[in-house]
Amino acid sequence: MKTLAEAEQEIINDFALFDTWDEKYQYIIELGQQLPPLDDKFKNEEHKIKGCQSSVWLHCYRDNSKIYFRADSDSTFVKGEIALLIKVLSGRTPDEIKNTSLHFIDAIGLRQHLSMTRANGLASMIKKMKEYAEV
Amino acid sequence: MTAEKVKQVSMNSEIIRIRNDFPILQQNVYGKPLIYFDNAATSQKPRQVLQALSEYYSKQNANIHRGVHYLSQQASEMYEQVRVKVRDFIHARSEHEIIFTRGTTESINLVAHSFGNAFVNKGDEIIITAMEHHSNIVPWQLMCETRKAVLKVIPINDNGELLMESFNQMLSERTKLISVVHISNSLGTINPVKQIIEAAHQRSIPVMIDAAQSAIHEEINVAQLDCDFLAMSSHKMLGPTGAGVLYGKMELLEKMPPYQGGGDMIQSVSFNETTYQNPPFRFEAGTQNIADVIAFGAALDYLNALDRKDLLRHEQQLLQYAAEQVQKIDGIRIIGTAKEKASILSFIAEGVNAMDLGMYLDTQGIAVRTGHHCTEPVMDFFKIPGTIRASFLFYNTINEVDAFVSALEKGITLLNKK
Repeated sequence: MKTLAEAEQEIINDFALFDTWDEKYQYIIELGQQLPPLDDKFKNEEHKIKGCQSSVWLHCYRDNSKIYFRADSDSTFVKGEIALLIKVLSGRTPDEIKNTSLHFIDAIGLRQHLSMTRANGLASMIKKMKEYAEV
Repeated sequence: MTAEKVKQVSMNSEIIRIRNDFPILQQNVYGKPLIYFDNAATSQKPRQVLQALSEYYSKQNANIHRGVHYLSQQASEMYEQVRVKVRDFIHARSEHEIIFTRGTTESINLVAHSFGNAFVNKGDEIIITAMEHHSNIVPWQLMCETRKAVLKVIPINDNGELLMESFNQMLSERTKLISVVHISNSLGTINPVKQIIEAAHQRSIPVMIDAAQSAIHEEINVAQLDCDFLAMSSHKMLGPTGAGVLYGKMELLEKMPPYQGGGDMIQSVSFNETTYQNPPFRFEAGTQNIADVIAFGAALDYLNALDRKDLLRHEQQLLQYAAEQVQKIDGIRIIGTAKEKASILSFIAEGVNAMDLGMYLDTQGIAVRTGHHCTEPVMDFFKIPGTIRASFLFYNTINEVDAFVSALEKGITLLNKK
């Protein structure tokens, strides 16, 4: 398995192929369409992170001192962003998750879309992921 | 050429002339020409308004109403001239019935607070409609809570039209005020406000009109409507943000206590007794948003110089054409199909998240709004989480609608890929 830093670098390299927001958007939609579905039993209020315009369901679990994430959303774009986050964060140690600044988000120019906290609940999802690593 | 065609051509050249006044519309976003269809959220500003702002700060900036010096007198006069312009724009009897606020929301809060304190008691009723913006719901909820009053809601039908029968049955001797949106920001419905006001006045119930959406599209005539209060926002009418208007009938305003306390609204202050100015100054505490009000005056001048009837017809053409074209796309359902509609087109696309589609349109340089548009009860009524809303203003063109519709088709195809 790639390290967290390698996973981030890979995403940065992938996005370097795209010049425009249009292309990045389409790539993220594609990732979203390929995201493995979350088991329906986790799609409940307990796992829901409500955004103003879309919701995220997040399931976190530990296995062998590593933390794993599975998630879903009613927005395909948010699902694409989830796919990126899972690639970077899932299967890492609590310390790795706590200490990463997720610099790839800035590097691929997605900060403005991720910061739409009120709209898509994604920032709350990152917060929840980090909180889970704290426990 | 037929007469109709000649008219169309001259209309098109008029739109081009108008568009040239709006610097922001000339730009590209993401390398594509900007198509701005979020006019119900805020309108763009012509250079005349931008010039008025910079001119004011360059030449007249001073605090108003108190200064003895040259600049202050100039600024005071310009500010008060806008009050007269607003009076004429909405056909009020007197400029003393024009109060400057931060916008529609503050205007409604002012009435809820001051009218509530003066006239509303335990068990009294306030009536609003099921299609109100949160700004015309929450202030009344707050007021009803403190005054122990009851908020009643006129229901709507599946087209997004008010059920007038229910409204008539709702009126009683307990009804203290009716506050109704003129044009719904999420459905586009034009409400029969004249009819509502007439019915209410038969029982001497005052009516407030939320004209946030309508003031740019319709001619507002408070004398003819005979409404008791009316609220509007400069920023939806080509003016700057942070300025707005409350119109109120003097006989009501006179009886209402101040909304906020501070400078400018007082007659005299002592620790024993403070007395207040007469309306409108009673309701304008503290240093006002002088520059933006003055620039709002420039926006009114700009609007007054246009043939607004012709432009309204053009907006209606945009709406009809867009509705026809959008409906041809598989899976699209228009939300808000009232007979009387302003140029606001709300819709959903089956199986496609509204935000995803809105973001796709953004990648194409097209600005629309997605979500509940601050009208959650409307979304609950239609059992949908939100809509995509394209709202047109007279500077928009048929070509832009074509580009929008073709982007919409592409976006839906892309997002429907599984």
